[in-house]
Amino acid sequence: MTKELTCIICPKGCRIKVEYEGNNIISVTGNSCKRGYAYACDEAIDPKRTVTSTMRTVSGKLLPVKTDKPIQKKLIFECMKAINTSKADDDTKIGDIILSGVLGTDVNIVATGPVR
Amino acid sequence: MKTTDLVIIGGGPAGMSAAVAAYESGVKDILILERDSSLGGILQQCIHNGFGLHKFSEELTGPEYAARYEARVKELKIPYKLNTMVLEINQNKEVTAINSEEGIFTIQAKAIILAMGCRERPKGALNISGTRPSGIFTAGTAQKFVNMMGYMPGKSVVILGSGDIGLIMARRMTLEGAKVKAVCELMPYSGGLERNIEQCLRDFDIPLKLSCTVAEIHGKDRLEGVTIANVDKNRCIIPETKEYIECDTLLLSCGLIPENELTKACGINIDRITNGADVDQNRETSVEGIFACGNVLHVHDLVDNVSEEAETAGKGAAEYILNRKNKSASIRVKTDGKVRYCVPQRITDIGDTTLFFRVSDIYKDVKIIVKDGEKEIFSRKKQKVAPGEMESIMLKGDILTEVDSGEITVGLEKLQ
Ligand SMILES: Cc1cc2nc3c(=O)[nH]c(=O)nc-3n(C[C@H](O)[C@H](O)[C@H](O)COP(=O)(O)OP(=O)(O)OC[C@H]3O[C@@H](n4cnc5c(N)ncnc54)[C@H](O)[C@@H]3O)c2cc1C
Repeated sequence: MTKELTCIICPKGCRIKVEYEGNNIISVTGNSCKRGYAYACDEAIDPKRTVTSTMRTVSGKLLPVKTDKPIQKKLIFECMKAINTSKADDDTKIGDIILSGVLGTDVNIVATGPVR
Repeated sequence: MKTTDLVIIGGGPAGMSAAVAAYESGVKDILILERDSSLGGILQQCIHNGFGLHKFSEELTGPEYAARYEARVKELKIPYKLNTMVLEINQNKEVTAINSEEGIFTIQAKAIILAMGCRERPKGALNISGTRPSGIFTAGTAQKFVNMMGYMPGKSVVILGSGDIGLIMARRMTLEGAKVKAVCELMPYSGGLERNIEQCLRDFDIPLKLSCTVAEIHGKDRLEGVTIANVDKNRCIIPETKEYIECDTLLLSCGLIPENELTKACGINIDRITNGADVDQNRETSVEGIFACGNVLHVHDLVDNVSEEAETAGKGAAEYILNRKNKSASIRVKTDGKVRYCVPQRITDIGDTTLFFRVSDIYKDVKIIVKDGEKEIFSRKKQKVAPGEMESIMLKGDILTEVDSGEITVGLEKLQ
């Protein structure tokens, strides 16, 4: 199978063509860096995305958060649910892990800014 | 009157980067004035990732990117005043500001850096017929509601304009449970980055309707729906294509305009196309000792470019304060129309100079050329250029030394 995609790793937006069979990559063309290569392989077989959102703190304030690495695309909405049903401590600092191993993956939810 | 070597207006990424660069170039007496209650500027509400790939080789979110610079400002103990709004500057470099503790006060500066950012163009709403119900927001206002205040502006959404903020908000509203029914773009192409179309729209099957606009607004108190329609090449609505979409929210993402009220009132020359100051390679404006950088100078898509430009301005201001050199050249940088604008607009000192520019339409298989009169002094092939993405080229000092017409033109030519 072949898949044509737009790389989302950086704002350059390379058009990449991936040829693959099942879980095996046959060829990747059009990328201009290694990260693009890795993205294209993932994108063909098991697409992943970084999720960014906000979480409420115990006192009801807002804290910006993200997944510390990309999570399977099909888990995005479940990941959002996990974020929206959790509460962060009010003294959370940027970089702190708030949920570790979300949805049984190796992905953590970390704070990306101060509580406001 | 209190005196300060360098006053920086605005504590967003531009103001903070400029402050750090000026400090590192030897100016220690700096003051940043910021009207908001924290440093960071608009990045505080841009919680998505994609910032800092060039600067830090990492993909950061807006608040993380801002936090790195804020940490640096604090580490260097560069003074800043929050909740402080600058009201006026003048050509003698007196800065008048106001806050609730000191009232109105004036500072005499040796140099000033303008870093006030930009604001959203509300234009989209003004020329749509129909009613004026609630439920119509600019995309940036909606971003502030969702990301900083925790309010959802609505449940079913149409977005007019496909600039990056609109695309990012399409995904954000979707993640928080709203249904984004369409993103309509007046032009035949999107003004946003390709990666945002992919990960914000295609990922969620949100339709991007090109050459399409909102023709009518419906609803009495709250928005009930909009009529969308395709436009012809003169951007006039084609009546047969009208389509009604039920929605309670309309977001407008119709571009940004540099916030230059202070600049204009000071009598600084403005470039009619960028809506920002006309500057030289150090980002010095037409008034000696007043510099500008970031979105107040021209609208950037990447904050990394903002930081870089601010470093140039910071170094330029430091050089102005510490050892003013005489200007060694005077070259005007013009554009051919296909290239819509170019910053800097003037070169006053010969050295390697990077020109940043935007094109006016999508062009494929072209050559970027720089001419001195009829003579071609630089050219580079390019597969594709688009208005949404800023381009840059570097002209070597030895090329610029040769310029004898006092004027260069940056343009595009079709490759044969
Ligand atoms: C609503 C909105 C959303 C955006 N979203 C994105 C995005 O998702 N991704 C992206 O890459 N770019 C985005 N941008 C572009 C973004 O603005 C730039 O990347 C970058 O933040 C610009 O930095 P800056 O320092 O020039 O301006 P800003 O970050 O806007 O900072 C300017 C600062 O100056 C202060 N100021 C203004 N006037 C005065 C005054 N008179 N006195 C004192 N202080 C003053 C303001 O309060 C502000 O803090 C967005 C812009 C806007 C307007």
